[in-house]
Amino acid sequence: MATFDMTPQAAPVRKQRSRARLAWTAFTAILGRDIWVTWREFIPFLLQVLIQPLFFLFIFGKVIPNLNTGSGTATTGGFGPLFAVSLLPGIVGLTAFTAALQGVTLPLVLDLGFAREIDDRLQAPLPISLVAVEKVLFAAMRGIIGGAVIFPLGWWILGSSYHVRTDLIPQMIGMLILVALAGATVGLTIGTLVKPEQIGLMFSLILTPLLFTGCTYFYWSGLSSIKWFQIVTLFNPLTYGSEGLRATIMPPITTTFVANGQVFTRTVTIPTMEPQWILLGLGVTIVVFFFLGVRTFRSRVVS
Amino acid sequence: MAQPTDAAIEVIDLVKRYPKAPVNAVDGVSFAVQRGEIFGLLGPNGAGKTTTIGVLTTSVIPTSGQARIMGSNVVADPITVKQRIAIVPQQSNLDRSLRAKEILTFHAAYHGVPRKEREARATALLNEMGLGDRAKEKLTRYSGGMAQRLMIARALMHSPDVLFLDEPTNNLDPQSRLFLWERIQQMNAQGLTILLTTHDMAEADQLCQRIAIMDHGKILALDTPAELKKLIPGGISLELRVAQPELVTVGAGNGAATNRVLDALRALPGAEKVDQVPPGAGEEEEDGITRYRIYSQDANELTGPALQAIAANGGELRDLHLARPSLEDVFIFLTGRNLR
Repeated sequence: MATFDMTPQAAPVRKQRSRARLAWTAFTAILGRDIWVTWREFIPFLLQVLIQPLFFLFIFGKVIPNLNTGSGTATTGGFGPLFAVSLLPGIVGLTAFTAALQGVTLPLVLDLGFAREIDDRLQAPLPISLVAVEKVLFAAMRGIIGGAVIFPLGWWILGSSYHVRTDLIPQMIGMLILVALAGATVGLTIGTLVKPEQIGLMFSLILTPLLFTGCTYFYWSGLSSIKWFQIVTLFNPLTYGSEGLRATIMPPITTTFVANGQVFTRTVTIPTMEPQWILLGLGVTIVVFFFLGVRTFRSRVVS
Repeated sequence: MAQPTDAAIEVIDLVKRYPKAPVNAVDGVSFAVQRGEIFGLLGPNGAGKTTTIGVLTTSVIPTSGQARIMGSNVVADPITVKQRIAIVPQQSNLDRSLRAKEILTFHAAYHGVPRKEREARATALLNEMGLGDRAKEKLTRYSGGMAQRLMIARALMHSPDVLFLDEPTNNLDPQSRLFLWERIQQMNAQGLTILLTTHDMAEADQLCQRIAIMDHGKILALDTPAELKKLIPGGISLELRVAQPELVTVGAGNGAATNRVLDALRALPGAEKVDQVPPGAGEEEEDGITRYRIYSQDANELTGPALQAIAANGGELRDLHLARPSLEDVFIFLTGRNLR
């Protein structure tokens, strides 16, 4: 049984701090908490984020393009040499987006559903909306790290098919940040709307369509022959992210081919969506889902 | 705006109606808690106690009325309010991603307590709560009582002025309960204002300097435990257990119209109030047995006439005793029903 150590606590000297300062202190401490928790579980975090892209890159970037069809030639068509080039940015976007989304959705669904572990942060001296902002910010950081790690992973898996241009790195970083923010804000909205018992349903109803309609494994301009699907993909925020990353990552590719006994070289650039549409798509996603998410978050924690 | 006041908690005409709810969860409640007081909100589940605490701790927005903590309005200035209060909820909401001590230090960090100070305070509080040797553990190995003590330690980390305890001993074993009662009194002795909700009469009686009895969102009575007990006329009531086979056959459910015993008891000269009461907590009543409680200035004098009235109306007395009033009796007196 405990002994009663009655050390009289000195009357707390409460410094008069401004509310903005209180809120800032609380905000950084809450962010510190998330970083600390993730840092301690960094290896599991990396595994969670990277296993799926690793297989995607390996199967779609390495195995399928080198499939032996029996006639001695590798397959061409959709899986031609350009495919791996357009795949890498798609996987970077997908990983950044989903790592950010899951970084906020899963904890939020559990917290708001029954665990209420977030209560302590809600009772911290800061506006409740800032707790949601912190969630978005931290999840975006996860997404950026997840997306960045795809580059060495791709270099390792794709080998000679690894092509990344280096003249647009600042734009590429900016695009990665936008994609991660889009994933995080969408995740905030989903996380505040989904109930714990619907988590399984969420994966099949939301995540799977998101995965396959986001122009991750194909480039948008290539869809012109399936017009309706090309239009469908415009409703997926990830489409703008994948295309944006393609525009900043994919270099023009020089291919050689033989015709009439002569060797020709050809330089191809896969056309991407226009930058203004990419920025508009991501911008609208971030703004709309941010305000929607913060609103539903507030209504879930304040009644 | 902050106004100079001596009250730690002020609640004025507070109303809360949840969306789509047919009635107000809190229905025009007013009270004030002085600094350094232990104040109890007593009532059955659904009385509006937790909603009242929710408003005071900024997680419920009132429909109308006002609430102030240490002079700051909870709606207009939640940040200042949150800095001065702490909450120990009914169920654990501890951050399970953190180790025990980290829960305390991060909580203090959210509230801007400097690093050295929060480390020292966490160590001291863990020792005080008997958790010193389990500071580095994950919560998976914590029992319910330990989690409760950790939540109290967490609440004290940022030196709040007002502490809210929502049903603090609800799920505790008797030993942990006693430990908690002692802690509550100690914290109060150190100057902390405490508001607790409970439906445990003994707890309210033991701990609280003043008690508000709540039911259906309203405060029925508010006073010291001693004064509340004086609400019962005569101070002592007569409790009777009567076998009434007749009532069973007539239909005990709506027996009010046909219960001759009850009518006869009510007709006794000097009986101020006669209630048919349910069995106490944890008790099962046999079939055909009805309990009555007679409130009177002199319950002793009524014993004889009551026995005659019962016998004359087909009842058979099984048990009789004079009850000194408890808070439970006060609640039954005020509402006509039991707390649970």
